[in-house]
Amino acid sequence: MNLIRQHLIDPEICIRCNTCEETCPVDAITHDDTNYVVDMAKCDMCMDCISPCPTGSIDNWRMVSEAYSVEEQLSWEELPDEIGHGEVAQEPVQQEANELEASAILEVAHSGQGGKVLPPYSAAHPYINLYNRDSPITARVAGNYRITDTDSESDIHHIVLDFGAQTFPVLEGQSIGIIPPGEDDKGRPHLVRLYSVASPRDGERPSTNNLSLTVKRVQFEENGDTVLGVGSNYVCDLKKGDEVAVTGPFGSTFLMPNHAEANIIMICTGTGAAPFRAMTEYRRRFMPETTGKLKLYFGARTPGELPYFGPLKKLSDDFIDKQLVFSRLPDQPKEYVQHRMLQQSDELAALMTSEETYVYICGLKEMEQGVEESFEKICNQGGLSWDEIKTAMKKSGRYHVETY
Amino acid sequence: MSSVEDAIVEVNYDELIPNNVDLANDARLKKALESWHPKYIDWWNEAGPEDTQELEVYLRTAVGVDPKGWAKFGHVKMPEYRWGILLAPKEEGRTIPFGKHKGEPAWQEVPGEYRAMLRRLIVVQGDTEPASVEQQRYLSKTAPSLYDMRNLFQVNVEEGRHLWAMVYLLVKYFGRDGREEAEAMLERRSANEDKPRILGAFNEETPDWLSFFMFTYFTDRDGKMQLESLAQSGFDPLSRSCRFMLTEEAHHMFVGETGVGRVIQRTCDAMNEAGITDANDIEAVRKLGVIDLPTLQKKVNFHASVTYDLFGAEVSTNAAAAFTAGIKGRFNENKLDDDHVLTDAVYSVDRIVDGKLVVEEEPALNAINGRLLDDYIKDATGGVGRWNKIIQKSGIDFELKLPHKGFNRKIGEFSENSVTPTGEVISESEWSSNEYEWLCSEADGDYINSLMVACREKGQYAGWIAEPRVGINNQSSDFEYVKIN
Repeated sequence: MNLIRQHLIDPEICIRCNTCEETCPVDAITHDDTNYVVDMAKCDMCMDCISPCPTGSIDNWRMVSEAYSVEEQLSWEELPDEIGHGEVAQEPVQQEANELEASAILEVAHSGQGGKVLPPYSAAHPYINLYNRDSPITARVAGNYRITDTDSESDIHHIVLDFGAQTFPVLEGQSIGIIPPGEDDKGRPHLVRLYSVASPRDGERPSTNNLSLTVKRVQFEENGDTVLGVGSNYVCDLKKGDEVAVTGPFGSTFLMPNHAEANIIMICTGTGAAPFRAMTEYRRRFMPETTGKLKLYFGARTPGELPYFGPLKKLSDDFIDKQLVFSRLPDQPKEYVQHRMLQQSDELAALMTSEETYVYICGLKEMEQGVEESFEKICNQGGLSWDEIKTAMKKSGRYHVETY
Repeated sequence: MSSVEDAIVEVNYDELIPNNVDLANDARLKKALESWHPKYIDWWNEAGPEDTQELEVYLRTAVGVDPKGWAKFGHVKMPEYRWGILLAPKEEGRTIPFGKHKGEPAWQEVPGEYRAMLRRLIVVQGDTEPASVEQQRYLSKTAPSLYDMRNLFQVNVEEGRHLWAMVYLLVKYFGRDGREEAEAMLERRSANEDKPRILGAFNEETPDWLSFFMFTYFTDRDGKMQLESLAQSGFDPLSRSCRFMLTEEAHHMFVGETGVGRVIQRTCDAMNEAGITDANDIEAVRKLGVIDLPTLQKKVNFHASVTYDLFGAEVSTNAAAAFTAGIKGRFNENKLDDDHVLTDAVYSVDRIVDGKLVVEEEPALNAINGRLLDDYIKDATGGVGRWNKIIQKSGIDFELKLPHKGFNRKIGEFSENSVTPTGEVISESEWSSNEYEWLCSEADGDYINSLMVACREKGQYAGWIAEPRVGINNQSSDFEYVKIN
């Protein structure tokens, strides 16, 4: 049985202020003289309506096997009781995570792709939500290395977590949650942090029950004080042997195609490289001879700040086309990934017309717009419509964005 | 992905005034607002919530106008609250939606011919914002819980932000006149004989928490209707300003509706616990230390009727002029299906002719205020229905009703006559002998006041009001919404 998580509004708490309907970017919220309701068919779970709601009535969810219709909801005086589904396995139906905390992060991260996107048809079936805040899994740190130059400002770490004999199956492109220990200055437990897995499904080294993460230490100056990001500093400071509370796995759409004909275009900056390291390594281990191409656009300020610069250089050009792009090289004009894409217009235009091409974008939110614009220009030059191509790619699970 | 931390840092707090109007590149405006800012803080400390400067309050701060950015929660001291200038995003190619300029591009600058009219509208709207803060100045002393105290303060700081929004328009678009008006906003005081606030209802005190809840339900709802009509304006900066203010106004509606609802809930629960079934047995119910339903009806009568007056005369040539000019539209103008010019249209207006209630047709243009009042009454009816559901569910036989449009009016069509809450036209002597059947007497007020005892324990509530069903920002019921020490 497939269960879906339906978004509902509590009619006993809602004050009918219309804020949610005004906010909803896809017009999924509607009302009559009695109730405000969410149309399950239109709602893409972008969560835009959650924080503006003054009452909290908008933040209600039910696991159902069949969605309540708009008409049914309009007739409600109160929310129906939760339905007990027993021990039914909760298969993810376009759900990224069951825990609101984690799913909210993923909703934001995936918002750049504009609505729901299915996973590639040949993706492996992901496990999600095996562990949550109430019952996390404990991993042990097997290693923690800085992978950017010591003199560079960007302090990025490669951390290996080992799960021993416990089950924690992950796929390339999935994320895990880490809950920093302790409480914030308001006395609440820290929020969960999500990190993309940087190793393939069979482990950092083949057939080990471990995984790796790529984490940048967040540190900046504000009003003369140095502010340290709680999650990233916790993770970057972990010592070998430390125990870590982990939740997840999360994510059921940003997954790689597993068929040999698939071309995979990967566009990233900084630690956005993590899922692409995982995907590349999977291909290298299990599908070294494919007809589908691997193409990586990877941006950083300098080679010293580009995580995994050394190992990447060792991969053969026949296996992967690596476009490493730097924005702060001495005596060189700034170059960003979108610029390099434009230089390769013809090649990309040809790839865009292939139904075997899968695009993945991961990194800072700011890169999204530039990359989109480049795709649009490339399509225009080639007499193609980016809108149409993008829509078609999204429909067939071939366009994925995860930015933060 | 790396971490959510990267996404949290998105507002530039280096600037004194958080804004999305590119203040940094408008040196004159920036300077004008920066010189107004300390005067505003002085006003807040002098006329805002009393003795609260050191409290740490769990407030929502808007740091951006997108859904993810405008509700950041955290404990802050109110004088340090970041009052910003935030406009809803600009709609490219927006045209004037009504009046004789309908279809022309929306104005980005003040149209010369309507300068005085626009200024007046902005000043009147702006004046209500600090006025309500002043009216509620003493309430925190008797807050029935930390949760309620926090809600009061949230309302207060957002009224303060709405003042900022109007002052921005005055200073940016009305030159020296605008700057003077902005100063005057901080000089007038609610209920001050020499320099009162502009509108009558904003010179009445808010003496107790029930009045506060009623005020936020009924009177802030007038604010919502006015803002919605101004959000339709052809003057685009006003429209964008009001559109964002409406999002915040929803919180005020929430405080009012749930506040009154919780009072009703507590009364019904107490009656049921004590086995009292007759809602009109006022004496027995008051012995339980809760507010009896007939007294709640009287409060509804009062707050609804004084708010009706805020809509002005039902038939008004000023309102017609503002509509025709494209300055102030009707409620939900963009959803109305007519020509939006109204040259030949008519609208039904209730009035009294020869001592009888009649309905007469007026040119729709002249009846803009009357129509807005009707829309208001429809909007306010919904919540009253939900209050009645609470009473019904408790098995008590009583129904709250909105008073008739003509009840207790000082302005407009009914101001010369006496009308009962059910809409009967009566003589002045009949009014005098029955007035306290319909409105609270001094004794009723004294009783309500006797219940106003502060409750400052985490998770505790005064005996006359029920606990809320959901915490603010989903916080647990014993959350410390205000840190007193």
